[in-house]
Amino acid sequence: MMMLGPIGFGAPLVLAALAVLPLLWWLLRALPPVPTRIRFPGTALLAGLRDPEPIARRTPWWLLLLRMIAVAAVILAFAQPVWRPPPPQQEGDALLIVMDAGATAAPGWNAARNRAVRAAETAIAAGRPVSVLLADGQGDAPLIFAADGSVAATLRAAQPQPWPGRYPVADAEMFADLPDGVLRTIWFSDGLDHPNRAAWLAALTGAGPVEVIPQAIPATSLSMIGDGPQPVLELATTGEQAPDILALGPDPQGIPRELARLSPGPPRREGGVTIRPVQVDLPPELLGRVTRFAVDGVESAAALVLGDDRLRRPVVALISEGRATSEGQALLSPAHYLRSALAGSARLIETGLTDALSAGPDVIVMMDRVGLEPDGPLADWVAEGGLLIRFAGPRMAAAPDLVMEPLLPVRLRPGGRDMGGALSWGAPRPIAPFDADGPFGGLTIPEDVTVRAQLMAEPSPDLAERSIAALSDGTPLVTRAGMGEGRLVLFHSTANADWSTLPLSGLFVEMLDRLVSSAGTRAAAAEADPAQAQDGIWTATEILDGFGRLRDASDPAPVPQAALAEGPGPDVPAGLYASGERLVALNAGGPITEASWPGATVETSSTPGLPLAGWLLLAATLALVADLAGAMVLRRGGAGGVTAALLLVLFMPDLSRAQEIDPDLMRAANAFAMGYVLTGDAGLDETSRQGLSGLSHTLTARTTVEPTSPVAVDLETADLTLLTFLYWPIGSDQPVPSAQAYLRLNRYLRGGGMILFDTGDADLAGTGPDNSADLRRLAGPLDMPPLQPVPDDHVLTRSFYLLDDLPGRYAGGEVWVEASSARDGTVNDGVSPVVIGGNGWAEAWAVDDRGLPVFAVGTGMDGERQREIAHRFGVNLIMYVLTGNYKSDQIHVPALLERLRQEEGG
Amino acid sequence: MSAGSASSAAILRARAEAAAGALPPLILTRGPVAATVAPGGHGLRRAGTGEDFWQYRPAHEGDTARAIDWRRSARGDAQFVRDRERQTARTAAIWIGRGAGMAYAGQGAAGETKQDRARLIGLSLALSMLRGGERVSLLGRAPGGGNVQAGQLSLDLAGQALLPGDGDAPDPAMARPGQVVVLIDDFLVETPLLAQFLGNLSGFGSTAVLLQLLHPDEEEFPFGGAVRFETAGGLRHDTRDAEGLRMAYRARLAARREDLSRMATQAGALFGTHDLGRPASEALIWLHGVLAAR
Repeated sequence: MMMLGPIGFGAPLVLAALAVLPLLWWLLRALPPVPTRIRFPGTALLAGLRDPEPIARRTPWWLLLLRMIAVAAVILAFAQPVWRPPPPQQEGDALLIVMDAGATAAPGWNAARNRAVRAAETAIAAGRPVSVLLADGQGDAPLIFAADGSVAATLRAAQPQPWPGRYPVADAEMFADLPDGVLRTIWFSDGLDHPNRAAWLAALTGAGPVEVIPQAIPATSLSMIGDGPQPVLELATTGEQAPDILALGPDPQGIPRELARLSPGPPRREGGVTIRPVQVDLPPELLGRVTRFAVDGVESAAALVLGDDRLRRPVVALISEGRATSEGQALLSPAHYLRSALAGSARLIETGLTDALSAGPDVIVMMDRVGLEPDGPLADWVAEGGLLIRFAGPRMAAAPDLVMEPLLPVRLRPGGRDMGGALSWGAPRPIAPFDADGPFGGLTIPEDVTVRAQLMAEPSPDLAERSIAALSDGTPLVTRAGMGEGRLVLFHSTANADWSTLPLSGLFVEMLDRLVSSAGTRAAAAEADPAQAQDGIWTATEILDGFGRLRDASDPAPVPQAALAEGPGPDVPAGLYASGERLVALNAGGPITEASWPGATVETSSTPGLPLAGWLLLAATLALVADLAGAMVLRRGGAGGVTAALLLVLFMPDLSRAQEIDPDLMRAANAFAMGYVLTGDAGLDETSRQGLSGLSHTLTARTTVEPTSPVAVDLETADLTLLTFLYWPIGSDQPVPSAQAYLRLNRYLRGGGMILFDTGDADLAGTGPDNSADLRRLAGPLDMPPLQPVPDDHVLTRSFYLLDDLPGRYAGGEVWVEASSARDGTVNDGVSPVVIGGNGWAEAWAVDDRGLPVFAVGTGMDGERQREIAHRFGVNLIMYVLTGNYKSDQIHVPALLERLRQEEGG
Repeated sequence: MSAGSASSAAILRARAEAAAGALPPLILTRGPVAATVAPGGHGLRRAGTGEDFWQYRPAHEGDTARAIDWRRSARGDAQFVRDRERQTARTAAIWIGRGAGMAYAGQGAAGETKQDRARLIGLSLALSMLRGGERVSLLGRAPGGGNVQAGQLSLDLAGQALLPGDGDAPDPAMARPGQVVVLIDDFLVETPLLAQFLGNLSGFGSTAVLLQLLHPDEEEFPFGGAVRFETAGGLRHDTRDAEGLRMAYRARLAARREDLSRMATQAGALFGTHDLGRPASEALIWLHGVLAAR
C-alpha cells in the first residue's frame, strides 16, 4: 500500500496510467466532434459533393476537461484508494496475545477470545510461535512460546475472572523464552488501566508492533459508595451510554425478578471514564428484598453489586421464649403481634439473647422480661448504639425489685395500674395526641384504642421529657431515654391485647416502624463492612464468575477478615461471604481508569479506512453524463432534450428496479441456490459466501444437486419464500431484525425452509445452543421447536454419507436439531427447520475464487480429513433439506423389503 | 381493413372533399378517349349509347317499330332509325410515390409530410374528376366512377404504406393505353424506370402529368456545420460544412428539375412543382388547369 497524505493506494501501479492523460488530451483535441445526424431525403442529390473548404472543428475545452476528469477518476478508482487506511499489519516472528481477563473484560469476552483463537491458529499455521498472557492476576510464570495446539487450548479455556485484572511484573524473567526477531503483540484490552500495564506496554512496544483491540462493549463498573436506607451506587463506564441499573430480587412470592429500574444521574468525566451516581430511592420493604443491582445489558461481575447486610432492612432481634404451637395460643403471645408488625419493615431474628447479640442486630425487642444485667453484653450493645425496646407485662408488674431494674428509660413503680376493671372506678383510657415534634408526631390515633392497664413511672423531673406517648390523663405510655450511643424504649403496656387494644390497631405497626427506622444502622454497618470489621473468619457461600453469574461455592476455603478487606482477588473471588449470622458481599466493581496506549496502534471500532473507489467511479459516471449532456447541447443547441435525457439517465435504473424481483432470488427459485444471511459484518458475509460457494462446488462435483452461486439474503427486504436453505452465521455486530423480518422467517420455517445457525465459536463452554448471547438475541424471537443434540441415528448422519461426527472448522461441538418427540405433526415433512451448532462450517467449506481453501482446518492430514468430513456434512445437510424424509424412509428400506418377503412367503 | 385505416381514410376524404369543393368538376381534355363500355361525357364519333344525336340511318329488319323515328320517316318512304353518339368516360390514373423520403416533414418531424400532401392533392383531384364523370383509379387498379370509387380511392390512398427504400417509380408495365396518369412524387432519386414508364405511355398514346412535391428544406437547404446526412434507405453524406454545400445543392436540384422537365416534354407529358410550404390549392389549380385545358 502506498500512502499519499491520508490516502492510501492498494494498487499504486495503476496510477502510472495517469501518464496517458496528456496523450489522451492531444488525441481528443485532434479528433473532430461527432457530426450532427440529420435525416434528409435530399441526400440523394448530395452524392459526390465535396466541401468547398474543409473546416477543422475542435472539441470545446470544457468538454475535454470533463472527459479528462472522468478518465482520471476511473484510473484513480482502480488504484484502490482508501481514505485513512488501517495501518498495515506487520507479521512478526512471534506472536504474543495479551488478554485482559478481569471482571471488566467479561462483556464481549467471547468475541475477543474467538478472535484471539483465530489469530493464534493463523500464526501457528504459519509456523510462528505464539504465547498467551492472561491478565487475570493469577499466573506470573514466564511466557512460553509454542507453536502447537496448547496455545489455542489455553485460550479456549480462558475465562474472565470475578476480580479486577492485574498483570504480572514485567521483568526480564518473563521474556526468557522470547524467540529472536520481532515480537508482534495483539492486545485484547477492556480499555482500562490495570496494575503493571504500562510496564508491559513499554516492554512490548520495544519488542515489536503492538496492536490493541478494545472490547466492543465498553467496560462498565458498578460499585456501592453509600449504604443505609438510601444507598448510592456509582456507575463508571468508558463508553457514552448510560444503561439503566436493575434492582433484582425475589418478589413477595419468592420468584426472582426485576424489582425496580434505576436511571443514572448526571455524568462527570474523570480520567477518561464517565461516572454517574445512581440514587437508590426505593421504599424500605422493596429495598429490603433487593439481592443485587446489575447494569442492564452488561454481563460482567464488575457490573454487579450484590446486596448484603448493608442493604438489608434493619435487623430486629425478638427475644422470645419459643413459638406458640396452636393458633389460639399464637393470638395470646405478644411475639405474634410484634412479628406481624415488624415483618414488613425489618428483618426479624427470633432467638435467645446471646445469639441475638452475636448477630449484631439494630434493634432488640424484649417482652415482659425482668432481671437484666446492668453491665452485661446487652448493656454494652445498647451503649454502642443499639436500640432496646421493652414491653411491660404481668411479669414485670409482679417483679419485687422493679425499682432496681436496669436498662429502663424511667424508674417504674411496682404493681401497675388497672383501669376499667371490675374493681376499678375509671374507664379505659384513650391515648393523648402525640407531640408533633416527637418520634410519633403526625400519626393519627384511632378512637377505639384504649389502655386498660399500665405500669406507672416514678415521678421525676425528666419524666415528661422522656415520655414520648402518654394517655389522656398524662400518665406515660411510651418512654425513651438515651444510654451511651444507644437508646432504651419502654412500652408501659403489653405487646399483646391483654392490657390494651393498641397492638390490635394499625397505630401499633406505625409506632414500631418509626422506632425501628430511628435506630441507627451505623453500628451494624460497621460490623458488616469488611474493611472495618477486624475479626472473623469468612466463608464464601456463593461466588460470582466473571460474567456475573452466582453459583454455589463448591469448596470454599475460609478467608480471614484481612484478606476480605483487601478486595476481590484470585484467592478471594467476588461473591457472598458469611460468618455466623453475618453476611457480607464482596463486589468486583470498583474505581476504574482508562488506559492510554502510547506507541501502540489501537483498532477503532469504526470501519478502518474508507474505500474511495466507489465515489470515484460515481464521479466518473457523473462526469460522463455531463459530457453526454454537453455533447447534446452542442449538437442540438436545445436544453429540453438534454434535461429529458438527464432525467432518463438518472431515474431509469430506479424505475426498472422497482418492478423487478431480485434476479438472485429469481435464480434461487429457478435453479437451486443456497442463501446466507447478511450480518452486517463484511468479513463474516464474505466467509459465508465463500463457504457456500465451496459447498456448491462439492455438491456439483459429487451429487446431482448442482447449486448456482449462493444468494446473499437481507432479512429486511428479501422474499424468503423462494429459498430452501439459509445459512445464518451469528455475529455480534448484527442488529436484531425487525418484527416483520421475524414474521417472514417464521413463515419461511413453517413453509419448509431450513436455517443453519452457526455461532462459529466451537461451543467452547459446552453449554449447548444457549451459550451464545448473540444466538439468543437473534434467534430468540423465532418460532423454534424443542431441540435435542443430533442423535446417532439421525437422518443427517446418513442422508448421503455415513458420518459419526459433524465437524466444521472446529470438531466435536454439539449440533442441535428439532427433538424427535416434537416431530409428530410438523408440516416440514419431518425435516428439522433449524440446525444449530458452532462448528464454523462455512470456514471449513470456504474456497476462494481459484477453488483453494481459505481457512486452515486443524493441522496436517488430520485437518484435511476434517475438512473432507465437513464437506460431507454439508452434502448430507443439503440432501436432508432437499429430500426430506425420503432419506429417512430409505433407512427403513431393508426392513420393508424383509417384510415384503415375509408376506410373499406367507 | 382496420378501423384506424378506415378512420384515417375518412379524415383524408373529408379534407380532400373540402379542397375539391373549391374547384369545378374536372372534365379531362387531355389524352385519348378509350373505347370502354362505361358511359361518360366524351363522344366516340360513332353510333352507340349516348345522349347526343349522331345520325339517322335506314332501318333494317332487326329494328323494332319502336326504334323508328317516325318524324324523320314521314318525310320520305324509307324508315329511318335515329342513332345516338356513343359516349364514354375518360380514364385517369393517379400514382403517388411511396419512397421513404415522402415521409419527410422537416427537422421538427411534427408537420405535414410530403406523403400527406400528395395524398390530399391526389384524392382532391380524383374527387373532382369523379364529379366530372370521369373514371379514376390508382395506377394499376381497375378504374371506376361514382361515389363507390371515391370511397375505394380514399381507402386505398389512406392505406398506402411507404417503402423502406428511398426512391419509388411507377411500374412501366402498368402503362395502359387511353388514360391520363397523374404522377405525384419528390422525384429526388434518379431511376430509369420513370423514363421507361413515360416512354411506354407515350407509345400507347396516353399522357401524364408529373408533379414534383418538395419540402421547403429540400428547396432551401437550411443546414450548417458538421452534418451527416442520412436517408431511410441508407444513403449517407458526411460534410464538415453544410453551409458551403448549399449552392451546389441548389444547382443539383435545378439540374434535376431540368432533367425531369425534359423527360416529360419528350413523352408529351407535363411537369410541375409544388412546395410544401405553399397551400395545396395552388397545386390543385395548376393540375386542374393543365388537365382541363382545351
